[in-house]
Amino acid sequence: MASVDENLTPTAEEQLDFDPTMKKKKKKSKAVSFTPDELDDAIPQEETPDPEVDELTDMFAGLKKKKKKSTSSAPLEPADDEPAADAGAEDNVEEFDFGSQKKKKKKKVADVSAFEQQLEEAGVNEEEEVGEEDETFEKPEAEEGEGEEEEAGWLNSDREYTYEELLHRFFKILRTNNPELAGERGQRYKIPPPSVMREGNKKTIFANLKDISDRMHRPYEHVMQFLFAELGTSGSVDGNSRLVIKGRFQQKQLENVLRRYIMEYVTCKTCKSISTHLAKENRLYFLVCESCGSRRSVSGIKTGFQAHIGKRKKMVG
Amino acid sequence: MSTSIENLKTFDPFADTGDDDISQPTNYIHIRIQQRNGRKTLTTVQGLPVEYDQKRILRALKKDFACNGTIVKDDELGEVIQLQGDQRVKVMEFLSTQLNILKKNIKIHGF
Repeated sequence: MASVDENLTPTAEEQLDFDPTMKKKKKKSKAVSFTPDELDDAIPQEETPDPEVDELTDMFAGLKKKKKKSTSSAPLEPADDEPAADAGAEDNVEEFDFGSQKKKKKKKVADVSAFEQQLEEAGVNEEEEVGEEDETFEKPEAEEGEGEEEEAGWLNSDREYTYEELLHRFFKILRTNNPELAGERGQRYKIPPPSVMREGNKKTIFANLKDISDRMHRPYEHVMQFLFAELGTSGSVDGNSRLVIKGRFQQKQLENVLRRYIMEYVTCKTCKSISTHLAKENRLYFLVCESCGSRRSVSGIKTGFQAHIGKRKKMVG
Repeated sequence: MSTSIENLKTFDPFADTGDDDISQPTNYIHIRIQQRNGRKTLTTVQGLPVEYDQKRILRALKKDFACNGTIVKDDELGEVIQLQGDQRVKVMEFLSTQLNILKKNIKIHGF
């Protein structure tokens, strides 16, 4: 039990911080035995006929036996031995399937709990995102293949379908027909990290503002305005449509600001999608969601109080 | 007539609950940061409720955070407290604990 718990808690914690999480999570979801191995400082491999894995399977057996059984035994003899051989048959089965199954579980768990974070993380994510994109695309396919067997198994038999099978089938179909509904949120919120350079001593260049604002479907002027208001500075756009900001800023700081921008002006509060647009109606901005159609008003960008910095003016009189 | 009967008092479920978006945006407290030269910064606190004595708050803030600060009078925004250094989180803590201002009414800006 301990190994599982150890396995799970760090994820929960890690979800709070920014990037390493993504990496970790993804890794975990990819290779099952990775974390347990790591933790128990045992054998370093990717997939496994290990004692540890068996242990794990036992733990998850309650949850997963249905699926596992059906996948494994489907091609041969579709149905009935399921309830009987929970613990015994697993060991030989796992070598192949466990990986993917575990993956699924992990992913689901992560999805639910990280739902909110995803949003925030969404904002600005590092390079892994690019790689991850492929990954996330891969996964559903892999599952599908597996799902097919499974389905074939129980469709032809007379036995009652289990909830999990039906659920699986539903998601499979949903994913193939309209993937955007399938809750694969990760890939929707991909926004490249701001690339930040220093120009001279006092200015910061934000090179991919255009790119980022295009991804968010916002005019870059709007994003720029927000940045300046939040950072309390000014700046300009140079010839290569890079943003030059006065003052020194680090990538992380800009990430934070961008994330806030996304929360405020991009994501739909109702359905959390970022396929939205801003509509202006008699001086008020409205955020209109394109996937769920909801509208909400957003406050305009206000600079607020600006302290006077630098040399003081001479008092007149 | 119907008003005399208790049950018939109309309850409109769609009426504004009061704590909705409508009342809020006016009284946000904005805490901002500005960069000065070098690694120095300035924190400004804008929109403190008028019933508080800004001077006394400032004095408490200065003492608590061991920094200097002033009150600046702005034409539109009224009195704004300026503090030296990045005191944003501390100011927020102070406001919420000492003055019982809700955290959702405080907005921290800046990086």
